[in-house]
Order: sequence, then C-alpha cells, then structure tokens
Amino acid sequence: MGLHKLALLGAAIASAGVIAATTAPGSAWAQNEQFIPGLVYRTGAYAPNGIPFADGARDYITLLNERDGGINGVKITFEECETGYATDRGVECYERLKGKGPTGAAYFSPLSTGITFALTEKAPGDKVPLITMGYGRSDSRDGAVFEWNFPLLGTYWTAANVAVQHIAKEMGGFDKLKGKKIALLYHDSPYGKEPIAALDIMSKKYGFEFLPIPVAAPGTEQKSQWLQIRQQKPDYVLLWGWGVMNSAAVTEAGNVNYPRDKMIGVWWSGAEPDVVPAGEKGAGYKALMLQHPAGKSAVYADLEKLVIAPGKSLAKPDEIGSVLYNRGLINSMLGTESIRTAMAKFGNKPMTGEQVRWGIEHLDLTAERIKQLGFEGMIGPIKVSCADHEGTRLSRVHQWDGKKWNIISDWYTADDAVIAPLVKDTAAKYATEKKITPRDCSKES
Amino acid sequence: MAFFLEVLIGGLLAGVLYSLVALGFVLIFKASGVFNFAQGAMVLTAALALVRTLDIAQKEWHWPFGLALAAGFAFAAVVMAVIAWAAERMVLRKLVNQEGIILFMATIGMTFFIEGLAQTLFGADVYPLNIGLPKEPVFILESVFDGGILVNELDIWAAVIAGLLVAGLALFFQRTRIGRALRAVADDHAAAQSVGIPLNQIWFIVWLVAGLVALVAGAVWGSKLGVQFSLSLLALKALPVLILGGFTSVPGAIIGGLIIGAGEKLAEVFVGPSMGGGIEIWFAYVLALLFLLVRPQGLFGERIIERV
Repeated sequence: MGLHKLALLGAAIASAGVIAATTAPGSAWAQNEQFIPGLVYRTGAYAPNGIPFADGARDYITLLNERDGGINGVKITFEECETGYATDRGVECYERLKGKGPTGAAYFSPLSTGITFALTEKAPGDKVPLITMGYGRSDSRDGAVFEWNFPLLGTYWTAANVAVQHIAKEMGGFDKLKGKKIALLYHDSPYGKEPIAALDIMSKKYGFEFLPIPVAAPGTEQKSQWLQIRQQKPDYVLLWGWGVMNSAAVTEAGNVNYPRDKMIGVWWSGAEPDVVPAGEKGAGYKALMLQHPAGKSAVYADLEKLVIAPGKSLAKPDEIGSVLYNRGLINSMLGTESIRTAMAKFGNKPMTGEQVRWGIEHLDLTAERIKQLGFEGMIGPIKVSCADHEGTRLSRVHQWDGKKWNIISDWYTADDAVIAPLVKDTAAKYATEKKITPRDCSKES
Repeated sequence: MAFFLEVLIGGLLAGVLYSLVALGFVLIFKASGVFNFAQGAMVLTAALALVRTLDIAQKEWHWPFGLALAAGFAFAAVVMAVIAWAAERMVLRKLVNQEGIILFMATIGMTFFIEGLAQTLFGADVYPLNIGLPKEPVFILESVFDGGILVNELDIWAAVIAGLLVAGLALFFQRTRIGRALRAVADDHAAAQSVGIPLNQIWFIVWLVAGLVALVAGAVWGSKLGVQFSLSLLALKALPVLILGGFTSVPGAIIGGLIIGAGEKLAEVFVGPSMGGGIEIWFAYVLALLFLLVRPQGLFGERIIERV
C-alpha cells in the first residue's frame, strides 16, 4: 500500500471515529438540550404531502425555542432525516438518530405505517416511544401489549367506524345500511389494509356488503378499479390512499361519473394536495378529519410573529394553515406536551425515551389546556392511559368545495363496542406471537 | 359484453399513454444502444418546466392562455435541449465505447440527479396542469349497448397525439437527412462515423428528440394526474411495453402499449378479484415475459445474430 493510500485510509478511520463519537449518547452535546428527531419525506412521490407536515412539525418546535426557550427552560434540538416514505430508509434514519442528544431521541414519529410496523419491533429494546398520530397499527392502542406505541388522536379502526357512522347518518340510520354496498379503495400496503378487519366486522353487524378494491402503489393508474366501481355501483366508496393515489382516485371518480359526495376519504386522503390536482372534479369529495381542519387557530399569532415573519420557517405561504401543516403542528405539540408531562414527574432536564414514554402515557390535555396552547378548535380533549394509548376517538367530516375544505359534520365518537373487542383480540394474538407478557394496567401509575 | 368492451377500450387507451413514455426509451436505444433509465425523470422535468412557466406567465405576467402555453412548451423544450447537451457532453462522450451496462448505470445516476435538480428548481408540490385538453367522460355506442360505453376525452386525445407523434417520427426518420443519419448510426456506429456522420451531434439530436417526446408525455400525463414526482415513476409502466414491443421499434412501442394496457386491465377486472386484486402491475410483466418466450427480441425488435 502506497503512502497516499495509507493516508487516505487513516483519514477515513479518523472520520469514522469522529462520527461514532458525535453520535454516541451524551457526547459532544450541550447537556441541557432535549433531542427530537424528525423522520420526514421532502423528496419522492409522497413529498407534496410530506413537506407541509414536516414544516408544521418543525415550526412548532422553533416556536417553543424562540418564545419559551424550549420546554421548561430545556432547549430543543431537532434534526430531520429523509426517509422518502421508504421503510428501509426509515429504519436507517431511526438507527442513526436514536442515540443523538444527551439523553437520546425523546420519541419518533415515523409518519409511515410501513416504518411504524418495522420500528414496533425495535422500540421496546431501544426504549424509545413511537408517536403514530392517526396511523400505524390500530391494535397498538392497547398499551398493555404495545407499551411503546402511541397512535394518538385516532386509529384506522376509529376512522373506519366514524366513516360508517357518517354514512348511516346520511342514509337516515344504521338500519338503512342493510343491503347497501360500501367499497373500500385502498393502497395495497399495510396502511391501506388496516381498516379491512374493522369494516368486515361492521358489514356483518349492519348488514351492508363490503367490497375491498386494492390499488398497487403508487396508484397513478386506477382505470380498472374505477371501471369495477362503475360496474358494481357501490352506494359509497371509502378511500384509503396516500399521495398521488388520492388525487388520481378523485380524478378517476369524475371520469366514470361516480358522485364525489358519495366518497369519503380517511384523514390521510383529506388534504389540499389530494384534491387540487383533480380541479373541478374534486368538488363535493368528503374526508374524515384527524379532528383538526385547515385554517388558523390562536397559536398562529405567535407562529407568524416569531417563526414565519422572521424567516425561520421553511414553509411556503400557501402551505401555512393547510391541513397537513396543521397536522405537523399538532404532532409536535402532543410530543412536546408529553415531554412537559414527563418533566413534571422527573424534573426540568432532558428526558430519556423511557421518561418520555411515561409522559405520553400520562398525557392529559383538557379543553382549557388546549386553549392555553392556542389549539382551540383544532382538537378535542385527550387523555392517554396505560390501557388506552389512543387517548380519544373523535373525528369530524369535511368536504372540498373546489377551493377549500368546509366542516360539514359535528363530532363523532367511534363506537368502542365495535372496536374494543377487535383491539383486544388482535393485541392478544400479537402478544402470544411475540412472547410479550401484557402489563397489568391496574398496577401502573 | 358492454362492460368487457368498456374495459378493453379503457385498457387500449391507457396503453397508448404508456406508449408515449416508451417511445422516448426506444428512440435513444435505437440510436445509441443506451437504455436510458432517466427517461421517466425527463418526463417529470419537462412537465415541471411546462407547468411552472405556464403558471408564472398566466398568474404573474397576466399573459393570455395561448401565449403562456407556447412559452411553457418553448421553455420546457429548451430545458430538454440543455439536458440532451449535458448528457452527451458530460456522460456519453466520456463513456464512448464502454460496455452497455456501464452506460445504463450512468443513466441511473442521471435519473437521481435530474429528479433532484428538477424538484429543487421547480418545486416538489402537486401542480394542476391545463393545456386545453378536454377531460370529460363521454358515452359511445349508446344505440348498441344500454347506457353506452364510457371513455374519457383526454384518453382519446392522448391516442390522437400519440398517433401524430409516431407519424411525425416516421417522417423524421425516413424523409430527413438527420433522420437517415440517425438510422445509419443505429445500424452501425463505426460505419456511420467512417462516412463522416458526426456521432456526438447525432447523439445530441436523438436525446433532444427523446426529450421532446418526454415533454409530450409529461403534458398528457400531467393533464391527467397533475404534475408531480410520480410522473418519474411512469418509466416503470413503460418497461413491460418495451420488453413486449422490442427496444428498437417505434411501432413496437405503440403495439406493445396497446397489448399491455388491454391485457393488464382485463386481467385486473376479470381475474384480479379471484386473486385478491392489485395484480395489474405484475401481470403486465408476466404478459411481456410470455411474449418473450416466443419472440426473445420482442414483437418488433431486431433479431441480433452474432457470428463467431
């Protein structure tokens, strides 16, 4: 080996050492900082949906640092990692970021059901909680089995139940569902398949015919699925898509003259990028809300003054106040309020993942606290517990009028008589399969 | 019967849209033997350049629609010319006489670079595109079948555009000097060079023509889906078309598209439900591979006989 190659090898080894040293927990980090990682996708097929969420999540953390100096005086450090919505890259990002900061990552929000499935196996060993707000495994609301997963604000089974409730209301009662046909047009992935179990149960309970129709990712071409829908003539179509699949579905519905007001999307199919490309064909389309609408709540006063106006936000003007930007804000608010809850027990210092997990499990946001935080009108109260990692089962429905989303329903509460037995059953099966001994929630404090 | 015909016609029209993307691959492979993996990225870039210029010209400069549209196509064509020049100057010229697989790998690298650069320059949002093509559903054969057969006006226009494009390319290849030079290069690089045909110039031209085909494909697909990153993934829809039609045949790209489009839609609708659905993506490849068993060079591909 020549001198030149030897020098290069030496430099490479030294660089690797520096990287290893800086990524090890506790080293080279200010000791009074709380590290929060961000798994984002600002590139690739799902970027139009990923960018506003990532910007909202980032802006709320910037706001806390600018306005309050962090959480209870502990500054937040934040680092994004690009997953491209790919599970392998998501796991890579998790491995790279889990040990950063003086106490490691506070929590992860994988922003992908596929990545969540992969990390669910890893999180208990690493003692890092997963906040999967409105996505992930629906049975993970059972905290006795899924100690480290928190599908806050709503699971896909909650969504499926609320969608059926809304259809029943539009038809004049649950008894009117008998003999009707409800199709599910879904992304052929763990995410898209998640509501099938709940819809199967409800189809038997209420007597409607359930017609699942998969769409292969990314979902750009849906002609055959919509021709099937035209032939089968379902009374309603539930849409469980993401990214381009949503706008393609709304466009194709127009192409086959399927009434858009008989379509109800899940909350991941109910944002601006999902309907804008369809143009006039999108008018009338409905979607569930992960509680919150588009628009600006009281928190925007500080956001605009301290983050947006000084140029500290990456968001473009038309993103601000959009559905997914608001969702990013709420995701960070729930995460940081969980850290604050943990600090109330463990002291005002950077929290470990284990302490943050306790904080999420004891998160109790009353209507008054939500108002104080500037999120009044965005979400309803949420109270998480060992037995209930979802914390609330509320949702509403909004409708696209061609220019903006309008809320068209009151709050629905998912019927736990339908969902709870399914959660218990599947969570128990998961526990047996993975050899997990469920916690006794009555003994948890 | 009416539903079968509806699916068949829908599939054939979808196939034409795949052919639009496949044509770009064929042109470059035919002239230079390079399988240009970056063709999908070129579709995305062309569509982004078109839609962003159209938006700015209409909303900020308040140009009339026709003028804004012309400016959009002109700017996108310039962007395609820049990509063609850069590809020839910075990649192909440096890799001349290398193995085909090396050139193929180079185009994979170009794909990521072009995709990233296009999104950085033009944005990663979803941009609705209106180039004046009608998009309403229409019913045909209403007197024959109860309720008629549903087709979409945009798909019909896409078929017309594809037809015109193929006719234009055929004229270009057969009737112009440059076209004849392109065919000569396609037949034998070294022989073409020995009679004074400038290889570098020909490669630039063929990449430019493929770029313009990408612009047409991007405009049609962008009108259908909105301009967004997924346009780049259309390359995957064109692959089975190429396998089936042959990598060197323009008519093959069209016929291949029609067979793949019709085959995958009929399979999804009539076979899919018994297999859990979602079969059309892999079925297209199965169909293409079945054809390969009978004609390894594709339906219209050139049979390569090497004497040793």
